Amino acid sequence: MSGTVLRHIHYMPEGVVFMAKNILEMRNITKEFPGVRALDQVNFQVQEGEIHGLVGENGAGKSTLIKILGGVHSYGKYSGDIVLGEQIQKFSGISASEKQGISIIYQELALIPEMSVYENIFLGHEIERNGIVNWNETRIRAIDMLKKVKLDVHPNTKIVDLGVGKQQLIEIAKALSKEVKLLILDEPTAALNNDDSENLLQLLKELKLHGVTCILISHKLKEVISVADTVTVLRDGKTVHTMKKELSEINERDIIKHMVGREIEDVFPKRSNKNFGEVQLEVKNWTAFDKKLGRNVVQDVDFNVRSGEIVGIAGLMGAGRTEFAHSIFGNFKGYQLSGDIQIQGEKVNMKSPRNAIKNGLAYVSEDRKGNGLILETDVKQNITLANLKQISSAKIINKNEEIKVAEKFRKSLRIKTPSIEQKVKNLSGGNQQKVAIAKWLFSEPNILILDEPTRGIDVGAKQEIYTIMNNLVSQGLCVIMISSELPEVLGMSDRVYVMAEGKMIGQLPIGEATQEKIMSMATV
Amino acid sequence: MSSISNKIDKIIPKSIKENIRDYGMYIALAVIILIFNYLTQGLFLTPRVISDLFNMTGYIAVLAVGMTLIIVIRHIDLSVGFIAGFLGALAAILSSRFGLPIWLIIPIVMSAGAIIGMGNGFIVANLGVPAFVVTLAGMLVFRGALIRITKSQTIFTGNDAFNAIGNGYIPDIANIDGVHLLTIIFGIIGIVLFTYFEARNRQKQLAYSLKVSTMPLFIAKILFVSTVIMYFVWKLASFRGLSWTVLIVALVVGIYHFITKHTTLGRHIYAVGGNPEAAELSGISVKFTTHIVFASMTMLAALSGILFTARLQSASPTAGTLFELDAIAAAYVGGVSASGGVGKVTGSIIGALVMASLTKGMDLMVVGVSYQYMIKGLILVAAVVFDVRTRNMKSKRI
Repeated sequence: MSGTVLRHIHYMPEGVVFMAKNILEMRNITKEFPGVRALDQVNFQVQEGEIHGLVGENGAGKSTLIKILGGVHSYGKYSGDIVLGEQIQKFSGISASEKQGISIIYQELALIPEMSVYENIFLGHEIERNGIVNWNETRIRAIDMLKKVKLDVHPNTKIVDLGVGKQQLIEIAKALSKEVKLLILDEPTAALNNDDSENLLQLLKELKLHGVTCILISHKLKEVISVADTVTVLRDGKTVHTMKKELSEINERDIIKHMVGREIEDVFPKRSNKNFGEVQLEVKNWTAFDKKLGRNVVQDVDFNVRSGEIVGIAGLMGAGRTEFAHSIFGNFKGYQLSGDIQIQGEKVNMKSPRNAIKNGLAYVSEDRKGNGLILETDVKQNITLANLKQISSAKIINKNEEIKVAEKFRKSLRIKTPSIEQKVKNLSGGNQQKVAIAKWLFSEPNILILDEPTRGIDVGAKQEIYTIMNNLVSQGLCVIMISSELPEVLGMSDRVYVMAEGKMIGQLPIGEATQEKIMSMATV
Repeated sequence: MSSISNKIDKIIPKSIKENIRDYGMYIALAVIILIFNYLTQGLFLTPRVISDLFNMTGYIAVLAVGMTLIIVIRHIDLSVGFIAGFLGALAAILSSRFGLPIWLIIPIVMSAGAIIGMGNGFIVANLGVPAFVVTLAGMLVFRGALIRITKSQTIFTGNDAFNAIGNGYIPDIANIDGVHLLTIIFGIIGIVLFTYFEARNRQKQLAYSLKVSTMPLFIAKILFVSTVIMYFVWKLASFRGLSWTVLIVALVVGIYHFITKHTTLGRHIYAVGGNPEAAELSGISVKFTTHIVFASMTMLAALSGILFTARLQSASPTAGTLFELDAIAAAYVGGVSASGGVGKVTGSIIGALVMASLTKGMDLMVVGVSYQYMIKGLILVAAVVFDVRTRNMKSKRI
């Protein structure tokens, strides 16, 4: 914790004595979700007029911290103090936080696509009198704001007609129009190309000169290093290190060390005899063009998996891993695909998930509530959904069979539920995940794709899921595991692919893979 | 001993609480009937009124069955009212002008309905037009078609067998003291079947060591339901017996209940409604399911049209006006969830009966039509509020 010591007085390059004061101080912030302590006594200070990089692995607690600051988790739902301008703040909601000059730009932009640039910039804080909007004034002010962010578009342009890079700038313009004091950007460059990213970072530096303090959350360490005056590293819900530029403390190697520095606990059950068979799934030159985004979400991917093997796909959020999984599973609405898929050496055409299931694929979604399970339905119906054929004759479901199947999986996967007739929404995250896995095991797949199999579940349930995975591969299945948790990738995989920006950057045999290596491949 | 009675105390309120949404509408229906019976000095529960109540619910009830599935898959169908009117008129023309027998008219008209529904389903699922818009357009189109086909005049069916579907009663084998024997026999068969299925179900659940209600509670339930069935059967039997309408509705409900509960198609429909993305990822074709549900809806609209035409013994150029909204209301009152994936066919029938009871009861009390609409509107909102509240209540995590 020694790194958190702040020097309150330091000398500016010009030699002017400058009293750097903290614009923001978050003290002993603790936030718990059911079963998880997302933040544990976090201390976080931001000086006025600096760019402060906030880094950490997925799930380290960055977003939670920011949501507390932004009033999303309102006062009383966390413990600890937010001190802003020497006063303890008790934000009752987002607008209370905004009133204090805090503006957060989330990864999912909060713009209305069908509205114009100027309408969006002043959305929610319109220039009005008695409820009547002064559009002329709005337009003039919008042009001002656009100049500030150096964006050359007509204020009447619809957001939908702008690229993501420009949309990002509109978000910043929107923040500026609210007279922002503390601007927080959550992964602003995740969806941007190099030029747009460069442009954005340049803008942040200029805003700094105009007195805007900025917190930059990014996975792209090189970017953080290029602009940040201070970097704070979060890990497992704790602040582990703070580095200062003027003390030349900031470098990539150290950041990564602190980000992943945890010891890999022995949560990964060992597999005794590894026995790899033939290649079951081979993907060549696989490209998916997303018509909506207008870019390749998956590009020229070569990939294979053998029976009895767990292949990990590592990468950061937005690297295209889930898109890759969906595209080979036949769920590609809005994608234009090219390339080959071979299953057991034979070329197949995955027209739909139905087709993929017939070809022995199964996909456990990373978003079990969104597209994995049917929450309003009970455990047994969820388990049998992907393979109703198995338990029905002449399209009539044999409910006895269904109960038997569900009971079997309840026992073998140790799903904790009062009964198999319990609605899935009433189960805990870990048990929901087991139901999702049971559903796909019942479809008797050859190749099981697990997308973030342990997201949001506790350590105990994690370990059980790892054991299930090991049992499956020892029975000769192939498991493809997409995961953002590096220890999990390293602890479970036999081979690791690293994806970034839609491309397979490379693969590492497990013996050569280290967290640092994967990180540096993933943060191109 | 005390621990056992404690247990029972725990089990009973819990099981009732868990099923409150299912039981709620039955209770509401009972309360409404009893209130009206009290306010009309016993007039409501006379054989004639009960018989009429069931018969007047028929053509909305079949629509409500189809609408249930439409709402379950998160769509809506506004076109079915005038489609019912149009196809009812078609049936009347086939009967009066071409002299086709009723047993031929029913399949022809229902097939025509299914084809129209496939068109709706195609535009919704394949072209991605919101169902609200598609069926709103369909409503206009078929309103015009109805006026066109009837030439703005009333068309009489001119066929007694046809009209019997809406007005007639099943024949009797022997009439004892003015009581319709076959109706009583049907009632007894119904009770026996109900008891058999319930007992079998319970046996199965016991075999899989699922929790079941206690034996006395189970018997009490069987007795209660049997009494209620027998009561209404007796009322019907002492009037003119079972009507063809009730028989047809019962058949439709039976078939749809079976499909939704016991077939893969039924499972697919609820999966698509509960979470379309998850359903698609599970290998279910959302498009195909949507086609089927829309086709079934309009097929039932055809049946509704026939029932209504038969009831009035004629087709009119305004037949079918607002049927769709009555059906939607019945479905919502019956516990179908607007957010999709939840709702029972039987619930919607109860919903239809609730709405019809309100109409009938207020008619008997000579309540003005203006108040009738207002009261029914309030009941509709109250039912959905109840539904939403009870759902939130249950969503507590274990």
